[in-house]
Amino acid sequence: MNPARRALLAAAASGCFASCEFRDGAPQPAGALLGTDMALGHALRDGTLPAPTEERRIGAAIVGAGIGGLSAAWQLARQGETDVAVFELEDAAGGNARHGENAVSPYPLGAHYLPLPASEAVSVRELLADLGVLAGDPHAPLPRYDERHLVHAPQERLYKDGLWHDGLLPRAGAGARAIAQIERFDALVAALKARRDGDGRRLFASPSLLAGRHADSDALAATSMDQWMRDNGFDAPLLTWHVDYACRDDFGARPAQVSAWAGLHYFACRDGVAADADPHNVLTWPEGNGHLVRRLVGWLRDRGVPPIRTGAPCIRLATARGGAVLDIYHAAERRSVRYRAARVIWAAPAFALARVWENAPPAFAALARSIDVSPWLTANLTLASLPEDAGPAPLAWDNVLFDSPALGYVVATHQRMRVAPGPTVLTYYWPLADLDPAAGRARLAAAPWQAWAAPILDELARPHPGLRRQLQRLDLWRWPHAMPRPVPGFRAAPVRAALAALDGPLLFAHSDLSGMPLFEEAHWAGVRAARRLLGGAGVSAPTPAARTGGRRPR
Amino acid sequence: MRLALLFSVFVVASCGLAYELIAAALASYVLGDSVTQFSTIIGTYLFAMGVGSWASKFIVRSLAVRFIQIEIAVGLIGGFSAMLLFLAFAYDAGPFRLLLYGLVFVTGALVGLEIPLIMRILKDEVTFKDLVAQVLSVDYLGALAVSILFPLALAPHLGLMRSGLLFGLMNVGVALWAMRVFGSALGRAPYLRAQGVLALLLLAAGIASAERLTALAESAMYADRIIHAESTPYQRIVITRWRDDIRLHLNGNLQFSSRDEYRYHEALVHPALAALPGAQRVLILGGGDGLAAREVLKYRQVASITLVDLDRRMTELFRDNRLLAALNAGALADPRLAIVNRDALAWLEQSDAMFDLVIVDLPDPSNHALGKLYSSAFYRLLGKHVAARGLVVVQATSPFYARRSFWTVVATLEDAGFVTAPYHAYVPSFGEWGYIIAGRAPFVPAPAFPVPTRFLTPATQRLMFDFPADMARIPAEVNRLNNQALTRTFEDEWRRAIR
Repeated sequence: MNPARRALLAAAASGCFASCEFRDGAPQPAGALLGTDMALGHALRDGTLPAPTEERRIGAAIVGAGIGGLSAAWQLARQGETDVAVFELEDAAGGNARHGENAVSPYPLGAHYLPLPASEAVSVRELLADLGVLAGDPHAPLPRYDERHLVHAPQERLYKDGLWHDGLLPRAGAGARAIAQIERFDALVAALKARRDGDGRRLFASPSLLAGRHADSDALAATSMDQWMRDNGFDAPLLTWHVDYACRDDFGARPAQVSAWAGLHYFACRDGVAADADPHNVLTWPEGNGHLVRRLVGWLRDRGVPPIRTGAPCIRLATARGGAVLDIYHAAERRSVRYRAARVIWAAPAFALARVWENAPPAFAALARSIDVSPWLTANLTLASLPEDAGPAPLAWDNVLFDSPALGYVVATHQRMRVAPGPTVLTYYWPLADLDPAAGRARLAAAPWQAWAAPILDELARPHPGLRRQLQRLDLWRWPHAMPRPVPGFRAAPVRAALAALDGPLLFAHSDLSGMPLFEEAHWAGVRAARRLLGGAGVSAPTPAARTGGRRPR
Repeated sequence: MRLALLFSVFVVASCGLAYELIAAALASYVLGDSVTQFSTIIGTYLFAMGVGSWASKFIVRSLAVRFIQIEIAVGLIGGFSAMLLFLAFAYDAGPFRLLLYGLVFVTGALVGLEIPLIMRILKDEVTFKDLVAQVLSVDYLGALAVSILFPLALAPHLGLMRSGLLFGLMNVGVALWAMRVFGSALGRAPYLRAQGVLALLLLAAGIASAERLTALAESAMYADRIIHAESTPYQRIVITRWRDDIRLHLNGNLQFSSRDEYRYHEALVHPALAALPGAQRVLILGGGDGLAAREVLKYRQVASITLVDLDRRMTELFRDNRLLAALNAGALADPRLAIVNRDALAWLEQSDAMFDLVIVDLPDPSNHALGKLYSSAFYRLLGKHVAARGLVVVQATSPFYARRSFWTVVATLEDAGFVTAPYHAYVPSFGEWGYIIAGRAPFVPAPAFPVPTRFLTPATQRLMFDFPADMARIPAEVNRLNNQALTRTFEDEWRRAIR
């Protein structure tokens, strides 16, 4: 077969034709344009799914099998409640922590790491202990993690000025002014990390729902991170880039689009410690946080919780004093079932709840729509061998690009317990922070594979000129509704109060509750809802005794 | 005719000395001890020349034809001697000396025939006093020319193999030229010209193929001879040989020298295995050369050895190559031994097999990937495969050159829950080398070794567990996957140790 014909057939096989040639004429690698189920989501929005043909009675229903929903189910099962039905719109559990897998390695599609759980994140440590990630006592002052799950050295490097540097803030060549600013920033963050309110709660707690209240944090929550940087005289390019990177990493938005409280939370909340790790080490896995999802699903199954129903969106919800009615469409059976549940934990985004909740309070829909949601794109690049580059810093787990619209990439095989080099999968993170969120979603829905693949490969060719030759596949995953944005003023916004107040037949357990799209936030939202469902115990912040390691009665 | 023959005397003398020098140089290169080699080879050669000169009296007829035949024979035998010797050495060391001195003797005897024959051919044309003066002076002149050319130009630029072949060509050239000079005086010698041309072609072909052979052998001219080199998906394997010393290099790092590897492997295996009289199941991680397995197989009670080495080519080479399999006494083909060509980490994660002794003989932690094989997570994983009273023994770099690295491995094993017994042994090729026995209770050395050993004695063993002040324990960080403390330390220490 001649090469031109082969390229043509390859293009036809991968679903695009005629416009598939790259600028440099190089043949196009195989790849798929995937993502959250837009068709089902839109059918749900447009009300075209069938009416129920059967009615069932269940104990508790959880809508959404992301970290919030799974954590709620975990908390319920931990306290003996296993009469729980978990419904998920997508064809797999995980939400933002979903993962993919091919012959080379499992790889993340979204969330891919967990900082060492902060002092307040007791329940995260309990969960990690149940899943075997934390070895021994989760309440120990210096918990010990299973070292295999701590990021293996080297953790991170930065591509800047044509070279890879160790760490994300290379001091070499930064200049005295930048170094002075970085040191002043670090000192400010260290002070914020330790600040507590009158009740002893940290102002920058993680999960943020357990944070103390103070006029200073209220002021930070009202202004933008960008403004705060300027007010404090932080303008060194390396530092402003780092803060910009942090905002895009955690919120998919630029510093001008998130509150100073949220922007600083990235740095100031991380007070987690471990017996066997540096405080800045993180927990990660080949499949990212998909590992925790897998383990959680297995744990729930072992505890007797019925299997999660995937491809099962809630198309109608009605609440009454004694319970709730949910209509669930089961895509595999192409029919809907009406479930009568005593309680419902809504562990999906607020905007989705507003669409299906028939008898919602009058202002609820408008409130729910007030939450800005960042769209994202991730790309998984399957390579025949580890990427080659000029160094001098060796390939790390997280490989960050300075001054790039994307964040960089993580290496799926970095955590593997293997010695031999071999093929790998890189996961490339691209928050669409420079587009208006609605415009970003429109582009995700419309743009073809090569419109994303070409700029990604161009961007990666800067540090890795030979990458194209190693590339075997490039799979794209679209996240139209990836992350709520903690915009200035969000902490005091009425929608938060409305979501937090839900307590009765309907409880809310999604990170929209805090506007912080983080594992700890979603997890705590789920645990909080489950505890409320079981009778309201343990919903407030842990006592100082629990923080310092004392056991709390369950 | 007279001048022509005198010129051929010059060439013949040059070639004669060249063969002698090539043989002596080659023997020095491959056998070492150049004084002995040069002395014995020159002696043999001169003696053989004497034998040839004496034998010349038995040649009474067709002097010119005999002279030409001798030239062709010298050209072929002398010309190919270097190549033959190289090939013989690569094959086996045993008959090498026999062949060396045999070739030197035959060449010397043939060269010894040349001058008396030439003198007899010329005796009717020149007076005796002129004949002796001219032939011998030209003879010594030729020797001078080669003795200067050989070390300055020929050996360094052409190499021994091609120098030899070149002189062979010159000898045959003299033969062909002599056929023209003598012309009809040769009488009936129908195949003489064909013999000469054939010899010329053979030598020319030799020069053409010498390129390939020199790629392998010439690199060894100034170092050890490479007897095997290949790149596998995992590493570059190079096996060299210098006299009876066979060495394995992986990615340029010396793994063993056959001269003293018994010290390394006895120290690795026997202290732990002699202390486990009931040990039946042994696991070897790494050790694809089969040398540790050879020591383990000395124990009758060992029922099974599982050898996990990533590189299939390594285990195949040391099982199937006669020379290499001789080093491990055929251990890799032993029915008690099973080879698993897997990544040690991957295999340990997936297997649930239990062992009485685990021998960890893995490459040094010179990069982050190998550093994982020295991490607390790895030793914890390993611990799950060790029977209750079982032991682990780990090769752990040099406590002298890489002191902190050695004690880092000790600290890491202790962090993983083992009780350690560090020890060391002197291996000349490596220097002072470190090992660690790890178990669940304090280690009690065996009072005696139940199997034959060349190096270890109970008294030596007692000393091995004692660390002199310059290798004594120093505080060291635990090597975890998330800090890779060992790889950093190891690089720093070895960089300082080897300039």
